[in-house]
Amino acid sequence: MSVQNLTYLFVGITFALYITIAIRSRAGSTSEFYIAGKGVHPIANGMATAADWMSAASFISMAGIISFMGRDGSVYLMGWTGGYVLLALLLAPYLRKFGQFTVPDFIGTRYYSSVARLVAVICLIVVSFTYVSGQMRGVGIVFSRFLEVDINTGVMIGMGIVFFYAVLGGMKGITYTQVAQYCVLIFAYLVPAVFISILITGNPIPQFGFGDQVIDDPQFLLSKLDGVMTQLGFEPYTSGIKSTIDVFCITAALMLGTAGLPHVIVRFFTVPDVAAARKSAGYALIFIAILYTTAPAVASFARLNLFESTHNVSYEMLPSGLKIGKI
Amino acid sequence: MNKSEENRHQYWSSNLKLVFSLLLIWFSVSFGFGILLVDYLDQFTFFGFKLGFWFAQQGSIYIFVILIFVYIHRMKKLDEKFKNLSTEDD
Repeated sequence: MSVQNLTYLFVGITFALYITIAIRSRAGSTSEFYIAGKGVHPIANGMATAADWMSAASFISMAGIISFMGRDGSVYLMGWTGGYVLLALLLAPYLRKFGQFTVPDFIGTRYYSSVARLVAVICLIVVSFTYVSGQMRGVGIVFSRFLEVDINTGVMIGMGIVFFYAVLGGMKGITYTQVAQYCVLIFAYLVPAVFISILITGNPIPQFGFGDQVIDDPQFLLSKLDGVMTQLGFEPYTSGIKSTIDVFCITAALMLGTAGLPHVIVRFFTVPDVAAARKSAGYALIFIAILYTTAPAVASFARLNLFESTHNVSYEMLPSGLKIGKI
Repeated sequence: MNKSEENRHQYWSSNLKLVFSLLLIWFSVSFGFGILLVDYLDQFTFFGFKLGFWFAQQGSIYIFVILIFVYIHRMKKLDEKFKNLSTEDD
């Protein structure tokens, strides 16, 4: 069976799975539609939050940008996970305690003002819209590669599928679909990472592998990478080029932004009580951390592999992605 | 101040104290070790990593996870403690 057919088969199976889940757990009431009837188990909610929160950016491109930026790429790792701590400690339990459907509801009720509620709604729409446009671009890229269509067509197809199961299943359907999505996502991310780690360092755990020695070479992976990069006239991989103040501010901005993501906050309304809201925030961060600690490992493996596989190779023989002027 | 109000006040101040100390650790591992002190810590090695680099790309994330679980555990205890106190009042 060709690779293309295998891809169709696997993607077909996962979509069939998501849609089956959406239909089986479709919403029967208003509360089920918006907040899944408050009956979601913390671990399930943690997985759903993780899948929801790890967007196209985390899955498709984060390892790539860390690989490119080296230590400066840490802003994304610390920024996004650190913001999650703020969310879990300062926002989630209190919002859940108040017991409304949405954040604007909370603000409107708490400050006894429909003007405040309106402002919150406008902020929410701006934030969500900005966020969704980035995500949809990611969806478009994935579908355009997979179905070999134009990116715009890819966006349309992706939107159609999401619309179908979101409207049908509401929050309840989405929650269980996302639990499945998380399992698919983390499996797809870890399997190549583990095997690359075994190939390069012989250590099956990528988180430890990238601090390990390279196979057939007494050098540690990161010092070897630093050495190769210095030889080629780059800054070493493990020292940044960005100034400390830049790194500090970008990290702070990413943290605060992460804490305010509306689609993540609403997740904490779907659990039975405040204790469960805290717990599901904890589980979500574990599930997120599995991917976020693997990403920098993949990044350094990829950078080293890039140098080794392009060493003494003529320009014509390089993969098309590396040539100037090609996308 | 009656007793239940006093309890509520106590509950809230222990809550704030907990959140504040956790955020202090949160700040030191990410902004502290991962950013401000990163070059200083890089002179030490830790399992083949430069220490500062490890905090920036791995360590801070592990500590974030631990922080949230400490928070869950402590808040659970706090909730139980004050639940008993308030039922004694009734």
